[in-house]
Amino acid sequence: MHMIELVQIEKQFEGQVVVHPLSLNIEEGEFLTLLGPSGCGKTTILRMIAGFEQPTHGEIILEGQNVTKLPPNQRDLNLVFQHYALFPHMTVGDNIAFGLKMKKLPQAEQKARVAEAVQMTQLTALTSRYPHQLSGGQQQRVAIARAIANKPKVLLLDEPLGALDLQLRKSLQSELKHLQRSLGITFVYVTHDQEEAMMLSDRIVIMNSGKVEQIGTPKDIYAAPKTLFAATFVGENNIFSSGSELFAVRPEKLRPKRETEGVRKTGVIQDVLYLGNVHKLTVQLDGEPMMVTIALDFEDEIVWKVGQRIGVDWNPRDEVVIGA
Amino acid sequence: MRRSKLLITPVLLWLALFLLVPMVIVVVMSLMSRDTLGNVVFHFSLNGYKTFFDSLYLGIYWDTLVLSVVTTVVCLLVSYPLAYFIANASPRVQTWGLVLITIPFWINFLIRTYAWVLLLRTQGVVNTLLIHFGWIQEPLQMLYTKGAVLLGMVYNFIPFMVLPIYVALEQMDKRLLDAASDLGATRWKAFRHITLPQSKSGIMTGCVLVYVSTTGMFVVTDILGGAKSTMISNIIQQQYLGARNWPFGSALSVIFVITSLILILLFNRAMQSRADRAKEGRA
Repeated sequence: MHMIELVQIEKQFEGQVVVHPLSLNIEEGEFLTLLGPSGCGKTTILRMIAGFEQPTHGEIILEGQNVTKLPPNQRDLNLVFQHYALFPHMTVGDNIAFGLKMKKLPQAEQKARVAEAVQMTQLTALTSRYPHQLSGGQQQRVAIARAIANKPKVLLLDEPLGALDLQLRKSLQSELKHLQRSLGITFVYVTHDQEEAMMLSDRIVIMNSGKVEQIGTPKDIYAAPKTLFAATFVGENNIFSSGSELFAVRPEKLRPKRETEGVRKTGVIQDVLYLGNVHKLTVQLDGEPMMVTIALDFEDEIVWKVGQRIGVDWNPRDEVVIGA
Repeated sequence: MRRSKLLITPVLLWLALFLLVPMVIVVVMSLMSRDTLGNVVFHFSLNGYKTFFDSLYLGIYWDTLVLSVVTTVVCLLVSYPLAYFIANASPRVQTWGLVLITIPFWINFLIRTYAWVLLLRTQGVVNTLLIHFGWIQEPLQMLYTKGAVLLGMVYNFIPFMVLPIYVALEQMDKRLLDAASDLGATRWKAFRHITLPQSKSGIMTGCVLVYVSTTGMFVVTDILGGAKSTMISNIIQQQYLGARNWPFGSALSVIFVITSLILILLFNRAMQSRADRAKEGRA
């Protein structure tokens, strides 16, 4: 049995379709990410699963039970809100115990669950603090602890790291992944950060203007993007056309050549970028409007200069035909 | 440090001139005596305070406290649902609700209170209607009762309660209710555990405003209460204007200011949670 089945769900706001009919099965213990730019409908899907929005058409099945019409408080899943939505008048401990109190769990059980949740999120020392006394990263952990204390079947996360700075985001990403592995519960994660999606997910659903562009593992999506949007949204890519067909070649698959004869394309170097672990060239191709990005090999000792005319070559086997 | 002191100097001066000095004058006055013509004589006396312990004044003092507290409670019970409704309505309805609540302020306060006389008196609108529909035979005595005074007070001070509660509810992060619902709370429990505590600052402000305004109000009692209902503020007004016994009037004022301060302090203490204290500790 699937953990969640979305059956042809569609959402319209005032006659405007924000989520086109979508069917998707989410498996138990899976880390699934809805990835796309803002306004693509990913948060709406999450809110429909949580019960805050009603799909205009279609059904949501949670562990075989149709929950489409159930209010959020009767669904056995929890949402980590984008801006945490911690209760400001309650301590960290009371925030985490809130769901357990609502379910009228015995006091001893509540205490044990809170203790377990704060231990998993490294908040033990902070249980008697108030949210305003915590840093952004700590508040984020409280939001997660408050959700997992309920031991939900599914944890929904709405851009949970969006408000944090890059350093903190990186460290919390690995914590989240670790937490998901040790809890073994299904995570449905919403983000617009493709790197984050690639790093965390078992499967990614790429969305654009309310439509699914591609569903697949991070590797599938990187190696074989199905649409132009998928090809350019995830990772850097160079798009070429041949006849009516479009194909993509990743920057690391393009080779710069000093000779301009017997190569596929020629162009002029616009920029040479040394970014520590990656060295890149951007090249304006002759007779074509586009620039391409080439990632250089480290062994490559050749010095490239801005303004230099070079050849650009690649192996035909690295061409990824879009939509194939 | 010195700069910040300089910056608050105007505020301190303002407070000193318009709050502290008058208070000191009232306190000093309450310890003076009066001669037979009603002039204040600078001669120390506790007569003002002694007179207060006359059973007549103690009774009025008690009535005033009860009326002020009851007015505050009734105002709260009427205003909370109203403020809640307005704060959760569409922006259009919110604007209209707030306008309707503030419109009575455009009409002179005395006229508004006299309007109640027209409604409540023996040949008034309410009695006429009730007799017309045959629900009563004899007109009811509504005017010049304690109920009429309470009605007048509540009517006049409802905006003082609605507005602070509205502001608190309006400023509340509505996503907290989503979070509560997500964690299994029913609508009532979300209200009880989230909305109510989040609107506490508004409730506190509204209660203090209404309580203080009621204790100081003598016009409503005069117009709607007739000769039978008297509040401390009526006595104070009489002592200053009619009886020309300023020391006694001042003594009553001092006693009532102190009582109100103690009550408000106790009220704040009771309403303040650990969270508020934690917040103040940081500030």
